[in-house]
Amino acid sequence: MPAKVITIASGKGGVGKTTAVANLAVGLAMDGAKVVCIDGDIGLRNLDVILGLENRIVYDIVDVIEGRCRLKQAMIRDKKLPELYMIPAAQTRDKNAVSASDMTRLVKDLRSEFDFVLIDSPAGIERGFKNAIAAADRVIVITNPEVSAVRDADRVIGILEAEEKGPGALIINRLNASLVKNHDMLSADDVLDLLAVELIGIVPEDEGVIVSSNRGAPVAFDPKNRAGQAFRNIAKRLRGENVPFLDLDHTGGLWERFQRLTGRK
Amino acid sequence: MNEMNSLIQIKGLRDGLLVSLDDAPWEEQRVALLAQVDDQISFFQGARLALDVASQVLRVNDLVELRDQLSERGIFLWAVVSESPTTEKTAQLLGLATRISKPRPEEGRQFSVEDLGEETALFLHRTIRSGTRIEFSGHVVVLGDVNPGAEIIAEGNVIIWGRLRGMVHAGVKGNRNAVICALDLSPTQLRIAEEVSEVLSARENPKPEVARINKDGNLQAEAWSTG
Repeated sequence: MPAKVITIASGKGGVGKTTAVANLAVGLAMDGAKVVCIDGDIGLRNLDVILGLENRIVYDIVDVIEGRCRLKQAMIRDKKLPELYMIPAAQTRDKNAVSASDMTRLVKDLRSEFDFVLIDSPAGIERGFKNAIAAADRVIVITNPEVSAVRDADRVIGILEAEEKGPGALIINRLNASLVKNHDMLSADDVLDLLAVELIGIVPEDEGVIVSSNRGAPVAFDPKNRAGQAFRNIAKRLRGENVPFLDLDHTGGLWERFQRLTGRK
Repeated sequence: MNEMNSLIQIKGLRDGLLVSLDDAPWEEQRVALLAQVDDQISFFQGARLALDVASQVLRVNDLVELRDQLSERGIFLWAVVSESPTTEKTAQLLGLATRISKPRPEEGRQFSVEDLGEETALFLHRTIRSGTRIEFSGHVVVLGDVNPGAEIIAEGNVIIWGRLRGMVHAGVKGNRNAVICALDLSPTQLRIAEEVSEVLSARENPKPEVARINKDGNLQAEAWSTG
């Protein structure tokens, strides 16, 4: 079966696109899928660091596009998961080094060999973003429960609709249940209310994400971490499995849980 | 300016620069263009450039070379217009636009209607998202939400069957009798004719409301009453 090509985009920077790509890739590969992730952020390379593969880079995506190496040579295999590969961005070039048709051609060559191709979009809605979505079958928009991030996500969803990239799916990242409870943060419902798209996952705020990113071992490897669990669940949903959403509000008492179960909070 | 530069014409467009070349040998023109760019680098830097190459026949290598050279100078080549089908095909292969008048889809729309009567309305059945600008010379009816960052500009009235959280300007040509209605009126800003609303905060229990210019000439919102 040819690969599903999924791009992760957000509009706003710093909401967790790269972290999501790394963790979803790990989650999918742990379940036995053959995955390649592509860093689409030419000039601001990050994905390699999060995956802990930066010192293995010899060739990058621009080398492939400009014919200095074969595609296989630029694909870096993960240390732990033999079915997970990454194609790094170029650090010394800019977005103009790649065009939408370059991306489409590159992805076409990968489709037959993988189950999933994940593309990490740069922030913004300009050329780099357009390149990253050009080849996608599906675009997942990631946002934080913050007004500015949600507005940018709304803009991105609008562009996806205009470019007929199908209905987007949404990941809400870094949700802090206790802040939501005190009405100091937008709730998942507030965000969905505004964006009106399918929700594919909610990832709780967790220090472990930062720690593991710095170590180059995505949090999805950690069986106990709740953010890791959330990403692994999203990966399963991408494969078409029906996984229930995590109960993020573990601070709530029994009565509140009961109320939620019976329908209304 | 030296003689070579006369081969090249540069015009400003709404969203960048248009450089027109003629049928002189490509190599000569490429060198001349780059010379001109280097001459006025501060003017060109960061520009979006469209290139009209008349009937030049260009191959992938030609355009890639130029694109890279422009890119090194901080110029983004986004379109190549040509009378030659070969060149057009080359440009398309490189993901460049081949027409420059094409409106970009996400950038709002201006609807116009021939022979507009009093009662003409634009009906939109969807969420109007951030970054979308709807302009219409009659009334606008939206069945759906208008999100923050979206704008609706109408010469007539604006009716939102949904939540209004963006910006609406009704009666834009000066019609002070225009009204704005919404099921939940929590806009970023409202305007009717020249009046601009005070900030309306989000309501606890939203009720349908209508905003209009009252007797004192202020823009005000009041609960919808069937009376």
